[in-house]
Amino acid sequence: MSEEFLGFERPRGKVGIRNKIMVLSSVVCVNKVAQEISKKVKNSIAITHPLGCGQFGIDFANIQRTLSGLATNPNIYGILIVGLGCENMKSDVLARIIKRSKKPVEFFDVQDVRGGTIAAIEKGTQIGQRMASDASELNRETFDFTHLILGLECGASNSISGITANPAVGKVSDKIVKLGGTSILPEFTEWIGTEHLLMKRAVNVKVAQKINNLINKFLENTMKLGVDFRGIQPTPGNIEGGLSTIEEKSLGTISKAGTAPIQGIVDYSKPPKGKGLWLMIEPSIDVESMTGLAAAGAQVIIMTTGQGSPTGNAVAPVIKICGDPKTCDWMKCNIDVDASKIITNNISIDNVAENLWKKLKDTCNGQLTTAEVLGFEDIAIWRHMAFPFSLV
Amino acid sequence: MPIRKDKFIIMNKHDNCATALKKISKDTKIIIEGQVFKINRDIPFGHKFALSNIKRGELIKKYGEIIGFATEDINTGDWIHTHNIKSHYLEVSKQ
Repeated sequence: MSEEFLGFERPRGKVGIRNKIMVLSSVVCVNKVAQEISKKVKNSIAITHPLGCGQFGIDFANIQRTLSGLATNPNIYGILIVGLGCENMKSDVLARIIKRSKKPVEFFDVQDVRGGTIAAIEKGTQIGQRMASDASELNRETFDFTHLILGLECGASNSISGITANPAVGKVSDKIVKLGGTSILPEFTEWIGTEHLLMKRAVNVKVAQKINNLINKFLENTMKLGVDFRGIQPTPGNIEGGLSTIEEKSLGTISKAGTAPIQGIVDYSKPPKGKGLWLMIEPSIDVESMTGLAAAGAQVIIMTTGQGSPTGNAVAPVIKICGDPKTCDWMKCNIDVDASKIITNNISIDNVAENLWKKLKDTCNGQLTTAEVLGFEDIAIWRHMAFPFSLV
Repeated sequence: MPIRKDKFIIMNKHDNCATALKKISKDTKIIIEGQVFKINRDIPFGHKFALSNIKRGELIKKYGEIIGFATEDINTGDWIHTHNIKSHYLEVSKQ
């Protein structure tokens, strides 16, 4: 049986699994305007953030790339950018970048609207209404998985994740790759101790060296700041849970990425340059990580959680899989796939992977995840300035 | 391919340790492919025990990969944790 899903066709051969309008604030000062417009337009999401003015250099470029990447994600039908006017994250520049996707893009600055924010909200609502109406004309069509980019995430992990949910996710990631799709593993601080294994899986020496350089540069530079990342892993909580060494913890983490060859490393929020399994530079901060995945074009994210994280993403649906029996019980409303049966009911990892694959297809076809239903639309941008050095 | 038993899981057939999926009490009899041994002390949920004798300095494997080396002689059925395993990555690879 051929594997397919029902998605929305976008320009330039892209396929979305959601059909939303994005109201994108270019600068913190007009977040409220974007939020008010979004409240009035069905099937729209407001993307707001505390940035957009005063950033510079690689920090600015990173923020601009992430905002435009989120807008370009195929889950978005069309984009309305709301600017203020005097900020350096210019709405017209953002519009020009996003228009390369050939999707409907409109923009205006509040300072150009006579009547201030009240009039701006009205103007934006009119644009949004038109866009949402156009979007609703689209129907889902059948596509194969070569069109899908899957993001691999873990958060609030415990020692159970590495022997239950993570290996099950690895099998689904391998399946996506086998079907000609794409999978992205972020969170490089959780590869530390396993870089020799990732390097062995690299498609060529250049990619292997990049993996090694990334980890070495990170460790060298954090040590200059007086932090030895290796010394604080595993954490006291991990040790209590049974993890003994840094490599044991990282092996559990990278098992999410299955066994596929590694095609390359992309910078935060940059799209992979081809199909297959890719690594992304991002230092393991869940919401920022998933924002980067969505900005890189991932239409869907699988997140494993041990102690239970409720988080979701405004652009890419997040499927939560959990291997901890207590969390699956107590936080049932936040979990999509129960992997704890590996522990309680003697069910195999393969069996859970099959359930997860089915949930992934249902989600692609339009079924809402727990995080979507409960309204978790989290967006946060990882800033290079948090680590004042280049990692490339 | 992980080997799933009632009370524990072996992540890869090349592993010399298993992970407890429930608390395993001292003196519990373990049978794996004809090999029979006893657990030497209570193993908490999520923790590891040795599937064979591991001499001081020998490598400990989980997921079919090295997770560290023994800092003392470990007997079959012993609890494996920070008191008798050290990171191979930190102590050997990165030195």
